[in-house]
Amino acid sequence: MSRVMKFAPVILKNLFSKPVTRQYPAVPIQYPEGDRGHIEIQIDRCISCGMCVRSCPTGTLSVDRMKGTWTINRFDCVQCGYCVLKCPVKCLSIVPGYQVPEREKTAQTYQKSPEVLKAEAEKRAKQAALAKEMAAKKAAALKAKKEAEAAAAAGKAAEAAPAPAEN
Amino acid sequence: MGKKSVIPFGPQHPVLPEPIHLDLVVEDERIVEAIPNIGFIHRGLEGLAPDRDFQKYLYVVERTCGICSFGHGLGYVESIEGIMNVEVPERAKYLRVVWAEMARMTSHLMWLGFTADAFGFESLFYEAWRIREKVLDLMEMTTGGRLIYSVLKVGGVLKDITPDMQKKILDDLNEIEKETREMTRTFLDDYSVKTRLVGVGVLTKQQAHDVGACGPMARASGIVCDMRMRGYEAYADLGFEPVVSQDGDSYARCEVRINEIFASIELVRRAFERMPKEGDLAVTVKGNPDGEYFARIEQPRGEAIFYSEGHGKPALDRFRLRTPTFANLQALCETLKGAEYADVPILILTIDPCISCTER
Ligand code: SF4
Ligand code: SF4
Repeated sequence: MSRVMKFAPVILKNLFSKPVTRQYPAVPIQYPEGDRGHIEIQIDRCISCGMCVRSCPTGTLSVDRMKGTWTINRFDCVQCGYCVLKCPVKCLSIVPGYQVPEREKTAQTYQKSPEVLKAEAEKRAKQAALAKEMAAKKAAALKAKKEAEAAAAAGKAAEAAPAPAEN
Repeated sequence: MGKKSVIPFGPQHPVLPEPIHLDLVVEDERIVEAIPNIGFIHRGLEGLAPDRDFQKYLYVVERTCGICSFGHGLGYVESIEGIMNVEVPERAKYLRVVWAEMARMTSHLMWLGFTADAFGFESLFYEAWRIREKVLDLMEMTTGGRLIYSVLKVGGVLKDITPDMQKKILDDLNEIEKETREMTRTFLDDYSVKTRLVGVGVLTKQQAHDVGACGPMARASGIVCDMRMRGYEAYADLGFEPVVSQDGDSYARCEVRINEIFASIELVRRAFERMPKEGDLAVTVKGNPDGEYFARIEQPRGEAIFYSEGHGKPALDRFRLRTPTFANLQALCETLKGAEYADVPILILTIDPCISCTER
């Protein structure tokens, strides 16, 4: 008896105790804090730098700077969290809750709000104008320098030129 | 003398969690020879190394296999840290040991379940998996993942185990230890279980040495060989002792793995005791790997070897992984010789095969 019924106490205990399984989905699952479920983005803080795109090992992300979009194909994401580590402005986060199954692998696109886009476009235009101004200034300075140099060279040449005439 | 015939076994077979094919040459009911054939789930993970920078490639290496994922990550970062001469902070070393040992517990508990299933003890199978679930919950709480942990980085770890978590882990480990003791009495003392395990598939010490067995397979045959004795990470400070058995049969392999679960629990406790209370989790790593390195670590299934070679570029030029199951397949063929046909499922399981690691 003692050699053959070793498992009996465990069975008896299990018979008279509550089930260890949960009545899912009636009783929802409690994820621990810090669970790596899926990636979320605060799209308006994103600066479209593309660091996350370059860091993703599966290549599931894409960023369009002009349109202000950030796209993820959640079915290709392996929840490694490397993009979250690499994002310079920390607008990505990995939060609990797994991707629900779907019939097709569809990509999800996040769009920056019009205000942010407008502000960004303005900033870009300002920067472009500034850059243009700087370039013009630089070109002017360069031109002035060249002219001065040429004038100096001409002066020198004029100085040097009469000398052989004297000879 | 009966007539010899060949029975194909796998790649689809109820006892196999993963696909492997064996051609079994049988004479009457006895196996004369076993010829393994692998390559059904080759994914070419090593070939991905030259396309990705070495930090990013860690996430690929980790996904070689769901059960040994921590071990693979650890071996890889060790090999890179070896090339770049990175000294990992003390606290990170202890945290790595804690996670590695908990991963070993989940793996061994899973194996116990599969073995129970292979000899037809369905309720014992669920009992083992019920206990494993608790360890998985602890892993999920500390790392954020149940099987793929992604907490390692070259130079340290990414997450910390807070004192609250440590307390919860220690409390749960007490419970897990108690329940595992209760369950393993059935594995070690039950009459019917013993008839399926004792004296089945004996691998002598000499044979184990000759075929180059590793991990619990070698230790069950009396070979004291455990990479943790090398003292990598914090194992040197934890007073690690390998678990060894002498008989070399399936029962001995079962016993070794059961005792390793308890040894792992003890190591986690000691690691929490001796861990520095505070300190950095990681050091910043600059530059690219330039050189080559072999890292050898002990995974749940045995010794795994990681070879990395880089030439100062962000991506490695070559990465190679020798997994424990690859070494133990020879031992399996050895134990299968002369075995009864009915024992084949048990014998395949006692090497704790992990085919997706083997084929990478
Ligand atoms: S979590 Fe990993 S796989 Fe997913 S998008 Fe980020 S980097 Fe890519
Ligand atoms: S790394 Fe961050 S800021 Fe840069 S594109 Fe990605 S989400 Fe945007």
